[in-house]
Amino acid sequence: MSAPLYGLLLTGGRSRRMQRDKANLEYAGRSQLARAMALLEPLVARTFVSVRADQLGDPQRVAYECIVDAWPDLGPIGGIHAALHAHPATAWLVLACDLPFLDAATLQQLIAAREPRRLATAFRSSHDGKPEPLCAIYEPASTAAIDAWIAADRRCPRDFLANADAALLTLRSPRALDNINTAEEYRAAQDRLDGAQDGAAHAAASAPSVPRTLQIQYFALLREQAGRNAETVTSRARDARELYEELRARHGLQLRPEQLRVAVNEEFADWSRALAEGDTVVFLPPVAGG
Amino acid sequence: MSAFRLSAAPLDTRSLQGELADPACGGFAAFEGWVRDHSAGLRVTRLEYEAFAPLALREGERIVAEARERFGLHGALCVHRVGALALGEVAVWVGVAAPHRDEAFRGCRFIIDEIKHRLPIWKKEHYENGDSGWVNCERCASVPAHDEHPGAAHHDHHGEHHAHGKPR
Repeated sequence: MSAPLYGLLLTGGRSRRMQRDKANLEYAGRSQLARAMALLEPLVARTFVSVRADQLGDPQRVAYECIVDAWPDLGPIGGIHAALHAHPATAWLVLACDLPFLDAATLQQLIAAREPRRLATAFRSSHDGKPEPLCAIYEPASTAAIDAWIAADRRCPRDFLANADAALLTLRSPRALDNINTAEEYRAAQDRLDGAQDGAAHAAASAPSVPRTLQIQYFALLREQAGRNAETVTSRARDARELYEELRARHGLQLRPEQLRVAVNEEFADWSRALAEGDTVVFLPPVAGG
Repeated sequence: MSAFRLSAAPLDTRSLQGELADPACGGFAAFEGWVRDHSAGLRVTRLEYEAFAPLALREGERIVAEARERFGLHGALCVHRVGALALGEVAVWVGVAAPHRDEAFRGCRFIIDEIKHRLPIWKKEHYENGDSGWVNCERCASVPAHDEHPGAAHHDHHGEHHAHGKPR
């Protein structure tokens, strides 16, 4: 059984090159912090913001549940360490706060490819092929290895993943994890994203699309695992397969997609079935009539 | 009346058989699925059936219609129980009427076989030892949990070779 998945947005960085708080940078009228949390929320069971103790007065951050670094100045690995210790039975989808191009499809790709029995699941950088540690899933079992890494005075999370038992994926959208570190990069990113908001066609090409309201019903073992008969969800999932991966991560569902069938609007459907606003979706566990 | 039904109440099989009476038919065959007191070596004390009713009714109708067409049945009817069932109760009843016995036997067999594999109906068994389990689900689902020990990373193909009544 895989651990439930929570989301963690790392906002404790000092932004030395940018000289501005990266969490508050705005794109298309919304702060990076709000954008990243909105991306995470439909995909994981709970979301948290990782902060330094001295950031607890920031209203933008404390609007969310916060996890405070246990040790100051460890950098991002300190935030991951604090989250793993705060919820030891949980896996964490960890995100940096300087990824303005990150989209739901990229996160869905990561969640769908998650390998819970390894220490982590991450993308390979499309620039240098090394692991991208700050858009990655860390399993509960990685806690001991990260503790040891910190105890050995190592800090770099990229080196940690390169040396750990991590599943590494190729990005379907190669630029999704481009980060920004300077004022020039910020302006270029703003231009790109403000433009994208105007041209909806551009967004549709990479397909995260608009969120849809869907009715989900649960039966038998899935009803027990989800702890509910039904729910209304807002999802950017493009098809039934992506939707199941979202729900699986959110509720810790233990059945694999290959064990299930799909029904949409009370009729059997394919996993690739595109979902429309208002659809009723049921994932059918292995049946046992008669 | 529809040819496939779900029932929360015990079945009156005599009355169901009566619905199929037809002077043009020389053969009637029925199958009753009963709640059995054991399963996979465990003592079963009771059962629960749960259905995704709208789709189960639709798919059940299709199965019965396919059987009529395929075997030239004059009448066919199937009722499946939902809810809590005690040992010995009739969980599912299939009855078919046909001009001759061969079509009756084969049509009846076809319906019960398809019902088992295609209907979105789930069975939870309650055991004498206090445990319970969803048939065809729990053992497959729980396999990875037993596999979680340090160093298990290279054994992640476990659980994929278990047969589990997967619908077609």
